[in-house]
Amino acid sequence: QEKEELIEEWQPEPLVPPVPKDHPALNYNIVSGPPTHIITVNGKECINFASFNFLGLLNNEKVKSAAQASLKKYGVGTCGPRGFYGTFDVHLELEERLAKFMRTEEAIIYSYGFATIASAIPAYSKRGDIVFVDEAACFAIQKGLQASRSNIKLFKHNDMADLERLLKEQETEDQKNPRKARVTRRFIVVEGLYMNTGDICPLPELIKLKYKYKVRIFLEESLSFGVLGEHGRGITEHFGINIDDIDLITANMENSLASIGGFCCGRSFIIDHQRLSGQGYCFSASLPPLLAAAAIEALNIMEDNPDIFQTLRAKCERIHKALQGISGLKVVGESFSPALHLQLEESCGSRENDVKLLKRVVDYCMNSGIALTQACYLEKEEKCLPPPSIRVVITVEQTEQELDKAASLLKEAAQSVLN
Amino acid sequence: MANPSAVCNGHLHHHHHQKQNNLLKSGISKKNGITKGMTKNGVSNGTLYKKTFIEHFEQAPMYVAVFTFVGFAVGTIFGYLRDFMRAWGLEKRNIAAEREQQKDFVPLYQDFENFYTRNLYLRIRDNWNRPICSVPGPQFDLMERVTDDYNWTFRFTGRTIKNVINMGSYNYLGFAETDVNALKTVTIELEKYGTGVCSTRQEMGTLDKHVELEKLVAKFLGVEDAMVFGMGFATNSMNIPALVGKGCLILSDELNHTSLVLGARLSGATIRIFKHNNMQSLETLLRDAIVYGQPRTHRAWRKIVILVEGIYSMEGSIVRLPEIVSLKNKYKAYLYLDEAHSIGAVGATGRGVVEYFGMSPDDVDVLMGTFTKSFGAAGGYIAGRKDLVDFLRTHSHSAVYATSMCPTIAEQIIRAMKCLMGLDGTAQGLQRVRQLEKNTRYFRRKLHEMGFIIYGNDDSPVVPLLLYMPGKIAAFARRMLEKNIGVVVVGFPATPITESRARFCVSAAHTREMLDTVLNALDELGDFLHLKYSRYSKSSHPELYEESRLELED
Repeated sequence: QEKEELIEEWQPEPLVPPVPKDHPALNYNIVSGPPTHIITVNGKECINFASFNFLGLLNNEKVKSAAQASLKKYGVGTCGPRGFYGTFDVHLELEERLAKFMRTEEAIIYSYGFATIASAIPAYSKRGDIVFVDEAACFAIQKGLQASRSNIKLFKHNDMADLERLLKEQETEDQKNPRKARVTRRFIVVEGLYMNTGDICPLPELIKLKYKYKVRIFLEESLSFGVLGEHGRGITEHFGINIDDIDLITANMENSLASIGGFCCGRSFIIDHQRLSGQGYCFSASLPPLLAAAAIEALNIMEDNPDIFQTLRAKCERIHKALQGISGLKVVGESFSPALHLQLEESCGSRENDVKLLKRVVDYCMNSGIALTQACYLEKEEKCLPPPSIRVVITVEQTEQELDKAASLLKEAAQSVLN
Repeated sequence: MANPSAVCNGHLHHHHHQKQNNLLKSGISKKNGITKGMTKNGVSNGTLYKKTFIEHFEQAPMYVAVFTFVGFAVGTIFGYLRDFMRAWGLEKRNIAAEREQQKDFVPLYQDFENFYTRNLYLRIRDNWNRPICSVPGPQFDLMERVTDDYNWTFRFTGRTIKNVINMGSYNYLGFAETDVNALKTVTIELEKYGTGVCSTRQEMGTLDKHVELEKLVAKFLGVEDAMVFGMGFATNSMNIPALVGKGCLILSDELNHTSLVLGARLSGATIRIFKHNNMQSLETLLRDAIVYGQPRTHRAWRKIVILVEGIYSMEGSIVRLPEIVSLKNKYKAYLYLDEAHSIGAVGATGRGVVEYFGMSPDDVDVLMGTFTKSFGAAGGYIAGRKDLVDFLRTHSHSAVYATSMCPTIAEQIIRAMKCLMGLDGTAQGLQRVRQLEKNTRYFRRKLHEMGFIIYGNDDSPVVPLLLYMPGKIAAFARRMLEKNIGVVVVGFPATPITESRARFCVSAAHTREMLDTVLNALDELGDFLHLKYSRYSKSSHPELYEESRLELED
């Protein structure tokens, strides 16, 4: 009888808390038409400085015709996971091509960029293993680590001394319990070019640490694939490191390759394991073949025109220089990184006010024909929340005049809004 | 094992339980291997169900269970033998090995973890990951693949096996097609939009196509608003953590899909599992949860969410929605329904289990589904009341960090949905749904008559056929391929170790001839491999069947 009363009395919370009507994410920008170089946002035509279309392949005719041919042959969807008749010859071809391009033994494709790293990490690192990860790692890595239930040790962003200190501590722990140490796997997870800060990671020092402390390295190259290196092979080519020294490289195809999905590449010893234990691979439908065909064509273009990478880097340097010295805003990111952040030099006190101020800068620019966006984060879920910033993306299609126009417009906007 | 004892029941009290076995559930509970006999569901709650709800989960005779275990034991012994020979160099190692420079690192894989993969899965792995080179319609072309070294590596001969009947792809309504007229709008949109989006929903990735699609999905389902995501798996794993958190309780069905389990784990809430489709178990859990509160502090739970699927893909069973909704209303819990396989596949006009049971979409709090199965595209959606969708637009992990759906794929979904709703001016949509229903019933009836053990609800287009023994898995798949029919077989760990099965997915695009070809092949193969375990083959007198159901009210 008492139980009935308790059941009657219990009141749950509402399923979702109410969201204020003026929450910035509810008033999002609607883009009409394709998000290419000239983009129509909320009805206004602007030059696109906000989509990660680094090599300008979103509007490329060859890519589109390859996708059309695939559409005629295969239809749209694959109607099944890879294990049950969802493997098409285009998938196998794309995996081969990616492996050849990156000069590794094997590659594996996922149908969603976020799911790539979020499924790759839990496939190798289980409960009881130790992962050293940079503070500025992106959200997908954080979710992968959470799903793996391993011990996470954060080290300060790009601070090799801090990482070495943590590794030494781990070594002393190991000596106390050698039997356990022999079965605990250790990993370092870093990004090539960090999405949250635009910095590059010091890979040569990491390799030295790897062999000294016997840790495996997982490298996430979403921003650096197709950007760094002489042929666009990413940060390993940039630093001239033997690619077999990195245990696993993941990247998503949504930035440079202008398709959808992601891939992991490395030695067969490592990649083959994911075919049975990568959750996003085994339990999810495979990539639609037209997107795979588009990615193959994009790879062809990348291989045939290796000079676009140099052009892209030159443009990045140009705008990086042009944006220095804006009063009130500081540029965060390497000079050759195509995705920069502009942060407020002095915060106004609360994050909300900072966000509102930056929004006014962005609106000013949008009204004058440059499409920018603020970097969005989930404030409560991130481990180390980066400060609010405006994201500036450089693509190969932007001309020098447009770059200069963007820089001067940002100067004007900062002047009028922040002073 | 308790298995033999329950099967004994079937043997000794043959006549009395004969009718019961057919109609009530006697599932082998995966958790503790004990079958709790027959639960009388669905009959006493007859008023909630507007049409008859018939599910079958027959058990096989005891010798089958014995032989299955023997088969696995033999495989394991040989596995140890081969591992031993490989370790001592008597046999060649064919798998990839660790780098020389990294030999003194902690090994990446434990030897024992891979035992099953190396020794049992590897022997028959040519039955999975078969590459195809045409559209996955009712028939497709397979690439011929041979192995020279017992499945360690494969080699493509360059030939294709043409016109293999496809009983494995999730093509329920037949929208995986390459007909030029059907794909006209998709071709136009591909030319206009290209293939990528390169941005997230909250930044610069919301295209007008997404807005159009979301409005259409909301209209199709009869709810206020909807939101679409780029991947079905990710829809679950990224939105469940946004909706529930610490201090909440998730009650999830035993046989839920990996994406639901992953989403529940990532959310940090407490998870309790109830037996598959078993309403008593669910009710007990609900009562205990409300009465006793959280485990150590005994504080009240913040909210309780029930996670179920519309059709369970490995069992072919349909969720008991009316009972769950009445429980949910009584105990003030929330319901999250994953209609990955059921949207488009069941219901009079293809609107899923909600329509199948004649209920209103307002009864379910969160309607989730994927577009991969019935619409021939990719991606997922969540639909419901406007405040729910607004919350997801602001707080979903996918909206902030993951790329939005490709616009060409969105167009395919739009045209498929318009066809289903009849908005394109033809009656093709309804025709497809009716054809699927007819095909499902015909296929299942024939398989029952032949004497195979089939699991699941009579109306579900997912048809699992039980094989049990590990040796038969490979034999079945290979011989069906020789007859030009492509089937999907599943074993451990996707199913319980003793219940390996072949799973057929009936499609609206299958013609009667194709189904007859498959049925004849199954008949032959069933006799050859002794697969017709059913002791209660349904006779061609359905009236008797209906009568005996009413007799059970004791």
